[in-house]
Amino acid sequence: MSDQGPFYQRDRSWHPPAFTPQYKTSILRSPQYPLLSLDNTISEMTGPTFGHNKLGPLDNDLIRNFAKTGDPIGQRIIVYGRVLDENARAVPGALVEFWQANAGGRYRHKKETYLAAIDPNFGGCGRAITDEEGRYWFRTIKPGAYPWPNGVNDWRPAHIHFSVFGHAFAQRMITQMYFEGDPMIWQCPIVSTIPDKKAIEQLIAALDRESTLPMDALAYKFDIVLRGRRSTMFENRMEGN
Amino acid sequence: MVQKLDRLKESPSQTAGPYVHIGATPNWVEITGVWNEDLGLVLVGPETKGERIVVQGRIFDGSGTPLKDALVEIWQADAQGLYNSPQEKRGKADPHFTGWGRQPTDGTTGEYRFETIKPGRVPYKDGRLMAPHITFWIVARGINMGLHTRMYFGDEEAANAECPVLARIEHKVRVPTLIASRSEEKGMPTYTFDIRLQGEKETVFFDI
Ligand SMILES: [Fe+2]
Repeated sequence: MSDQGPFYQRDRSWHPPAFTPQYKTSILRSPQYPLLSLDNTISEMTGPTFGHNKLGPLDNDLIRNFAKTGDPIGQRIIVYGRVLDENARAVPGALVEFWQANAGGRYRHKKETYLAAIDPNFGGCGRAITDEEGRYWFRTIKPGAYPWPNGVNDWRPAHIHFSVFGHAFAQRMITQMYFEGDPMIWQCPIVSTIPDKKAIEQLIAALDRESTLPMDALAYKFDIVLRGRRSTMFENRMEGN
Repeated sequence: MVQKLDRLKESPSQTAGPYVHIGATPNWVEITGVWNEDLGLVLVGPETKGERIVVQGRIFDGSGTPLKDALVEIWQADAQGLYNSPQEKRGKADPHFTGWGRQPTDGTTGEYRFETIKPGRVPYKDGRLMAPHITFWIVARGINMGLHTRMYFGDEEAANAECPVLARIEHKVRVPTLIASRSEEKGMPTYTFDIRLQGEKETVFFDI
């Protein structure tokens, strides 16, 4: 089936609105005018491509890609999944980038001031390009929860940030992955910007005992869904009437 | 129960947070030795065709303060008006121009800056030509979902006046929020495109 048409309209009730006062920074950073609806033009239906030649062999190994004197401290995990579109088809060749705090909940960033220790062996960034079936995977340590200035005692649940490029700029997205069974997911002012509980659950990776590496690393499965395109199959037939 | 539609829901967006640079431009935040170079910093090489330009500006929040922790991505056609993308079916774009750029806003001044080329015109879906433009995508702490907008060129008055996308902006008073002013800096044509997230001059953002 051909799917070269414009992208499905984004379901804005599934995404967080711009203005979410419980997340204070959004108050002054949320546009107030309505968005201008624009049927996709070629400017949105095209997008950059990233070849495998851009990637190094350790790009999807956060345990080793910054290590100086040994492995980073923390629970060793594998994160794997597929990038699909809304038509449930694989998105091959998608660049997936990820970044995270270390096991103590500390980011390696010059503006980060949390007192938890920096891990000399952990950088916290990685990337992968999906294969023909839309699959990606990486190895890392499980990030810690961390406090952040919002309320006087707000904490982020353990999470990994994801940035994904599909085949078109209209598919561009950034989101976060959470971990199955973490009670802090339901106490987070950023998670709760998403209005629908089912939508939040779409961001919770499942612990997958069958994919764990025995005596080595736990595994979490995290699929990502990008926008799908309308089929042009019916349109061609309609033209003559 | 009726039959099921075999569709999935798009993954919901979450903010890029304050540390988006760790993942997007690690070298810029001194995480060195992991990537050779940050992706998207350089758009133009010696063989790229087209007029060299600088695109710069700042992003202001509702209090008029520039964002110092944002990430800006641009996507544009080459000098002939072709996109360097497998989805481009109208011809072959300049192989020396990817059309995609990524820059953080400066941690002190809040400025972003791209060295690129002026794009050619590309058609609207009905075949009419749109005015030359650059697509922008902005993420930052406090922005729950990436914001799409477009930059148009202040010295393209005739093309802007007939652009079918600009014509769709009902409140004409808002059209100038998408138009960058041109000046010369160090001999380079420089377009300044400031983005306002809120206020009287809030930039037009698109639901694409
Ligand atoms: Fe985070």
